[in-house]
Amino acid sequence: MSQTILHKAATRTLADHGWLKSYQTFSFGMQYNPERIQFGALRVLNDDWVNGGKGFGEHPHDNMEIISIPLEGALQHEDSLENVAVIEAGEIQVMSAGTGIYHKEFNKNRNEPVKFLQIWLFPNQRNVIPRYHQERYDTLMKPNQLTQILSPDKDDQGVWIYQDAWFNIGKFDRGIKTDYQFKNKGNGLYVFVIKGDVKVNDQILNERDGFGIWETENITIEAINEMEILLMEVPMNY
Amino acid sequence: MKKTEVLVVCTHQEILNTVVRLINSNIEMSAIGANTLEQAITTFRSANFDLVLVGAGLQKSEETELENVIKKLNRETPIVYHYGGGSGLLFTEIYQGLSN
Repeated sequence: MSQTILHKAATRTLADHGWLKSYQTFSFGMQYNPERIQFGALRVLNDDWVNGGKGFGEHPHDNMEIISIPLEGALQHEDSLENVAVIEAGEIQVMSAGTGIYHKEFNKNRNEPVKFLQIWLFPNQRNVIPRYHQERYDTLMKPNQLTQILSPDKDDQGVWIYQDAWFNIGKFDRGIKTDYQFKNKGNGLYVFVIKGDVKVNDQILNERDGFGIWETENITIEAINEMEILLMEVPMNY
Repeated sequence: MKKTEVLVVCTHQEILNTVVRLINSNIEMSAIGANTLEQAITTFRSANFDLVLVGAGLQKSEETELENVIKKLNRETPIVYHYGGGSGLLFTEIYQGLSN
């Protein structure tokens, strides 16, 4: 019998700092909701909007796999490993924070917001050497297909992290159906609807809804209308 | 009102300073930092803590030794492993540790 959890978009916490609007699926910062802590190894799913020219000043991280996926606009990244980079929509960035890393991240553009997903996964080992990586994935995407953008394997498609997790992203036309096969038994799948409406097995999801499903082998995804989704397969026990 | 006393252990001094500062910014909490196993044990022995937050940098064997010492001195003190290095998960970890 499959297990599921639904997080409607409107139930997310909004942290509004003026320059930053952060829609947070799970407890983050000063917000503590014991019912909304994590989905397996997936601990943070923030849907962030940063005003033009604004951003996060220098701050530390450790022992976390931190993934950023810009949806619109571009982010300027600088870190204590001396990486200076810009990531834009169609790219994915990962930092394995490990023993400790400092970074700052700003909206590259002064006149338009950057919208991006900030995703944190618990690592499968503590105190690794910090690392940074980014890759473009939009050139690999094909209509009505899922595209893998993250895995635990350095040699596999997309970025890699210290966790047995796989991310796929896809854009689908109305009425198109696809299946998802788990990579690892015991993993769960967290579906986040970036755009449009979608049915996952029997559950209808709308834009920015999140839906976790585990203890199942079969997942069918159907586009109710034109839609874009992010699928995050993560260990439920890690 | 009694503050929640937190001992933060992390070998990365800048991150330790940040985490201690963040906890101390909460009027209900008070934090002291230790950046080595030895300092953590000495500090734990010197005062009563409601929670120990273990951040990055200790070897696995050191983490185990710290757990053993704390359990021997005060079995009730929750030991929580800190992830993230900043404010993101910090207060949830503390509240969860205290509620458990």
